[in-house]
Amino acid sequence: MSSILTNGCCDTPSGPVIAIDEKTPRASGYEIRTVALIGPPNSGKSTLFNRLTRLRQKVGNYPGVTVEQRVGLLAGADHPIQIIDLPGVYSLTPYSDDERVAVNVLTGKMDGMPPPDAVLLVLDVTHLSRHLVLAAPVIALGLPTLVLLNMADVFAKGGGSLDVLKLATELGAPVAMVSATQETGLEAVDRFLRQGHEPSPSAVLPVLQDLRQCRKWAGQVGNRVDYQPHLPSAWSSRLDDIFLHKLWGPLIFILVVGAVFQTVFGLGQPLSNAFQDLLTRIGQQAAPLIPDGILRSLVLNGLWKGVSSVLVFLPQILLLFFFIGLLEDSGYLARAALIADRTMRGVGLNGKAFIPLLSAYACAVPAIMATRTIENKRDRIATILIAPFMTCSARLPIYTLLIAAFIPERPVVGVFLGSRAFAMLSLYVLGFLAAIITARLLKSSVLKSAAAPFVLELPAYRWPTWQSIGLRLFDRARVFLRQAGTIILAVSLLVWVLTNLPLHNGGVPQLEQSVIAHLGHGIEPVIRPLGFNWKIGVGLLTSVIAREVIVGTLGTIYGTDPATHAMTLQNALRQDLTFAGAMALLVFFAFAMQCTSTLAIVRRETNSWKWPVFQFVYMTVVAYTAAFAVNQVLSKLLK
Amino acid sequence: MHYTFLMTIREDVEVPLIDLELGEAATIDHISLPPADEHFLMRIGLVPGAQVRFSRRAPLGDPSVYSVDGTEIALRAETARHIMVQRDMVKEDVVPSGDPS
Repeated sequence: MSSILTNGCCDTPSGPVIAIDEKTPRASGYEIRTVALIGPPNSGKSTLFNRLTRLRQKVGNYPGVTVEQRVGLLAGADHPIQIIDLPGVYSLTPYSDDERVAVNVLTGKMDGMPPPDAVLLVLDVTHLSRHLVLAAPVIALGLPTLVLLNMADVFAKGGGSLDVLKLATELGAPVAMVSATQETGLEAVDRFLRQGHEPSPSAVLPVLQDLRQCRKWAGQVGNRVDYQPHLPSAWSSRLDDIFLHKLWGPLIFILVVGAVFQTVFGLGQPLSNAFQDLLTRIGQQAAPLIPDGILRSLVLNGLWKGVSSVLVFLPQILLLFFFIGLLEDSGYLARAALIADRTMRGVGLNGKAFIPLLSAYACAVPAIMATRTIENKRDRIATILIAPFMTCSARLPIYTLLIAAFIPERPVVGVFLGSRAFAMLSLYVLGFLAAIITARLLKSSVLKSAAAPFVLELPAYRWPTWQSIGLRLFDRARVFLRQAGTIILAVSLLVWVLTNLPLHNGGVPQLEQSVIAHLGHGIEPVIRPLGFNWKIGVGLLTSVIAREVIVGTLGTIYGTDPATHAMTLQNALRQDLTFAGAMALLVFFAFAMQCTSTLAIVRRETNSWKWPVFQFVYMTVVAYTAAFAVNQVLSKLLK
Repeated sequence: MHYTFLMTIREDVEVPLIDLELGEAATIDHISLPPADEHFLMRIGLVPGAQVRFSRRAPLGDPSVYSVDGTEIALRAETARHIMVQRDMVKEDVVPSGDPS
């Protein structure tokens, strides 16, 4: 470690950027093929992963555990280099599933994962003394390691400094200052990976299992490399003076939540309508290209009607994810969690349940996967069981459809909140109430346990970047479109076939004579008291697969029915459903467990059929009872 | 007797985190929680020897925000109660009352 090369071409604002041992032999035949990316939570590891792979990535799960597995290919490399994004960990003590996975991958003990040839260790340089704790065990593994000190831009701006060369010598590994958000210093990664390294056992580092010792060591290293912490920008603290103010804090919290809903449904509705017009026009343009008859009916009335009636909700879903991304990336979401903690505690839930429950507003599947951060098993199961009550984006299609069809737009709170946004907000509140009441019941009976400590890190406020939010939206849109292109397409096809069978004198049967009508009529006695007709019944049956499928199914049924086939789905529903029935349907969807993906993930996470079965039965009973009550009461009131 | 005197000071300077005043700094001494919880807190940086400062209270009173090695971390009172810290500066009025001068 005598000769150190300083690389001057990097434009990170903080002086010497990379220190690489020049004498490292260019190993012939030794190529890096697999790299593990590791770092503590909030070190900017995921941003870096996205930057390095440029969307050439695959998300899955590690076998046996519930830790998300992200693997990507390094963009712009001469030969394929696989990057494994390990879960964010503070130490390599195998204490949680995350840490066990990290250790197993790094040591090549993970099934189906090649042992990594090199390690990229990402540390947030603004929290070096805390993050350096992870450096000792990682470097001590003996794999070629490049230490990336992320957030170099923020660090330099705040007047922080350190001797990068000295740190490289201390750690016995090359060190580079980078900024994942500004994309500076990343060429150090390319150079490191291209160079080829022989694994060399590190001599300088003690293998420390004890966190106390590690922290002490990190502090000493910090002193030896002249680490000057940056001064956190005053405006982050000043913003907290406002956002965490006794009075303004909760007020702003409510305003922010209200504003998000108002925009998603105020701005989203016209966007969705415009998109619907576009989709309808595409269908009309395409019609003459298809020979008239059964094929045109299949493509237009069956497939296109079904798929496009779900596609219409893409603008609103993206708008919601845009705001969630904005709140999360800016750092406000953590403040919201802090303000909400009092409420969470009231229902006996671990405060860490807040983040999974919040992401359940987007989708219960990632939310249930996120519950693995909850160490307490019983708390974790309780959180898994209540997560599907939160209003996920798959409920938006049916909510928006019914609200637009049955609730006239009127101001409720001046210009701030219209009746439709208010109705939507009420449905969100309804789901939330069901969740906390269920949590209360579970935590005071079968899942009673002692409380685990609640810890919440408040990151400094940052400007969200367009790339990061764009990436999320792209990801969401991809998932949604894949769903529309596969499951919804298949269900639409099935529904269309069932509406066109059995053949009547060689021709298409009357809708009332079709197989689908028989199925619908079969369950009609059960759902009649809820105010639903047989067509809704078919929708309920198909939507057990996924909630948004009901809209596609209804689109196909009403699209095939000659009485309604020229109408928009909204108008068709308005003719076919009472107001009380529509409200009951909304309430039914607020509570019902109509999602096979969620059931599958619950089965996997809890490792038993007991909980998903319990969850399905419980939620369906609650949904049925509530919808029954709403329909009966509203029908009596509106008589 | 000398020994006892030192012990008295030590006991007075070592307080639960929750007893700090707003803006006051201290050093973590130990965490008196079950090993699982202790380990969990240590992993996020609440290790003995780390610097903490009580930086703000949440709007609704309870979770309080502490600055630990420059990171803002929110803890509930029920947790902060079990984290024992050494006050960085001994204030005049916490010198044992048994000692007149």
